[in-house]
Amino acid sequence: MEHITAKHKEYWSKNMRLTSILLFIWFVATFVMGYYAKELATINFFGWPLSFYMAAQGSLIIYVVIIWYYARAMGKLDEEYGVAESED
Amino acid sequence: MATEKQAFFNKLKKAYTWYTGGFLAFVVFLAIAEKMGMPRVWIGYIFLFATIGLYAGIGIMSRTSDADEYYVAGRKVPAIFNGMATGADWMSAASFIGMAGTLYLTGFGGLAFILGWTGGYCLVALFLAPYLRKFGEFTIPDFLGARYGGNIPRFIGIIAAVLCSFTYVVAQIYGVGLITTRLIPGVSFEVGIFLGLGGILVCSFLGGMKAVTWTQVAQYIILIVAYMIPVVWLSVKHTGVPIPQLVYGSTLEKVTALEKKLTVDPKELEVRKIFADRAAAAEAKIKALPGSLESEKAVVQKKLDDLKAANAPVAEVNAAQKAVDTFPKTEAAARAAWNKDAAVKARSGPPIKHAEVFPGKDQKASDINRKNFLALVFCLMVGTAALPHILMRYYTTPSVKEARESVFWSLFFIFLLYFTAPALAVLAKFDVYSTLVGSSYAKLPQWVADWSRVDASLLSVIDFNKDGIVQLAEIAIGGDIIVLATPEIGGLPYVISGLVAAGGLAAALSTADGLLLTIANALSHDLYYKMIDPNATTTRRVTISKILLLVVAIAAAAVAAQKPADILFLVSAAFSLAAAGFFPALVLGVFWKRANKWGATLGMAAGLFTTFYYMVLTQPWLRTIFGTKGTIAENMWWDINPISAGIFGVPVGFIVIVVVSYLTPAPDGKIQELIEHVRYPSLKGDTYRSSEAAHGMGH
Repeated sequence: MEHITAKHKEYWSKNMRLTSILLFIWFVATFVMGYYAKELATINFFGWPLSFYMAAQGSLIIYVVIIWYYARAMGKLDEEYGVAESED
Repeated sequence: MATEKQAFFNKLKKAYTWYTGGFLAFVVFLAIAEKMGMPRVWIGYIFLFATIGLYAGIGIMSRTSDADEYYVAGRKVPAIFNGMATGADWMSAASFIGMAGTLYLTGFGGLAFILGWTGGYCLVALFLAPYLRKFGEFTIPDFLGARYGGNIPRFIGIIAAVLCSFTYVVAQIYGVGLITTRLIPGVSFEVGIFLGLGGILVCSFLGGMKAVTWTQVAQYIILIVAYMIPVVWLSVKHTGVPIPQLVYGSTLEKVTALEKKLTVDPKELEVRKIFADRAAAAEAKIKALPGSLESEKAVVQKKLDDLKAANAPVAEVNAAQKAVDTFPKTEAAARAAWNKDAAVKARSGPPIKHAEVFPGKDQKASDINRKNFLALVFCLMVGTAALPHILMRYYTTPSVKEARESVFWSLFFIFLLYFTAPALAVLAKFDVYSTLVGSSYAKLPQWVADWSRVDASLLSVIDFNKDGIVQLAEIAIGGDIIVLATPEIGGLPYVISGLVAAGGLAAALSTADGLLLTIANALSHDLYYKMIDPNATTTRRVTISKILLLVVAIAAAAVAAQKPADILFLVSAAFSLAAAGFFPALVLGVFWKRANKWGATLGMAAGLFTTFYYMVLTQPWLRTIFGTKGTIAENMWWDINPISAGIFGVPVGFIVIVVVSYLTPAPDGKIQELIEHVRYPSLKGDTYRSSEAAHGMGH
């Protein structure tokens, strides 16, 4: 495929790196937090046990931020590498 | 063209702002009318017909028979509105009505649903939505068909899509029936179902995805307003702060303190002992079968004779007569009836501790709990990222960029409800524990009587120890009423109860709309057009889709009218099945060029089969259907519950796709081009043409 240039490959590998980092954060906020929930429950966070707070609110906020950041960063990456869609 | 897009966005913003204002004014108007003495039944009728009429109006205004509009709303839904529509599409009757109730009943364990049903959107955003939008056709089986080549992967996709969506839609229609009977007392469950069905059909039938999208935006606004008002009210009542999500930590501390007190309260212990004794007596009778059948029969007969001889009051004699008449005739019937009696054992334990993480009598039980919590979160997340009716929504945005933003808006709007549900559960629990418990039977609040009358399985409060005071152990509450009864528990005017029911109706109808469309499209577009008659005209395809929609809707209503007992299990099963069936093939299709037709076909089949097989081994209802041998405990793998069967199916799906793909030839050049095509939002010299462009229906 001739139309895939080195620049395109770089775009894709940057996308993969960003995806992996965000996926790692998602994993920690979900499964690492869940695995150690019993230990985290001993910490009091404004009245909530910390693990209860995370599962009911904290991790959810992290998810929203992950997706917000991904949309923003990829929008910029598209422009930078000239693969953004033209406004039609 | 950019200005045209901007103008369309402004028009939508204006329309929905007016709509929201109008809706609030309507609620205020009804509240005033209630104060002036309008009967409650009227309020119920007005809410039901006004909202369904509204949805129908939007449906009629959006009617279309253009394929692009019918299947993907013309691909011009701005990110934020697609976010709202996805929110309504996603939040079903189960989320709206059931979620807070589940949290009320299970405490920390229920948070697996909160985590799973939100965190899944990270997977949608990172792995699927932008790439599916770039692919830009109509359905999910479309992608499988194009990416893996040939009809077999497409066909498995159709089967998986129809299976998951159908079980799910039955649950929605069931929810519609439940709410309509609540809104209008006296209407039967079946009539309720068909009334709701009318509301679903006018919308999706006339305008397909276009009508469904704009109705779902309207439905989102109603459901979020309806969910927030009672919680804010309860929060002000108990904490003085109108933002419940920020402050219910302190309420949770109070609930924990009350739980401690109620666990050792002597009156509570007395009631729990009554249940323990009853259960023990029933177990003894079961153990003594078949001999106890005769001896027990003699006991009830003797009681009747004694009462008659002693000239006891008529009510008592009648009750004893009934006990004789309904006494089980066969050993099997007796076993079933007494097993039911023995089940009160569940009520003999202390109240669950709401904030306790992974409860268990020892370390091992607690670890099993943790394992199942994490497995459930995993299945719900991966399942979320694989449900076709959600993924399909990202085909409707104008661009890849907006598809990414749209996932953010989707989760944001879903988050608003999901981070409120745990607050509602804690506040409602505090209200019940602090005001209902310890009150006198002579002065029970009206809502207790009202809801007990609707269905004793939803709420029953009976004075078992005859002390005239309500003990916590005497309250049996069903999860489904927490949200619907909150306005009454909090002492709000009836109009708010009507509003909440209308919100639940909006949640159920919007999800049902999306699901029906998914099924009808899979059958008309993928099965009929792509596999049976590729020369069918656009009009013909849309007409067939509409007819199928009608047929599927009626079939789903007919199933829902039977009130299938295991509907809740079926819904959760849909997540595990979707996860194992779709997720590996979709993700590898974008990220691994080597994945090929045979890998995907066998991988999807193996994932589905593994998941289903584990359910047959361990789920009570499926076990009886398939006559599974061995006890549940023997059949379990690593103590995982059947609801999380996807934890086995998903890895099996991935492994089979990888292994089989390596054993068979790599996909050809056209498919390599398709993969590059979906990876870059815009690609110069891109030679891949989707069938949409080939048919001249592109934009």
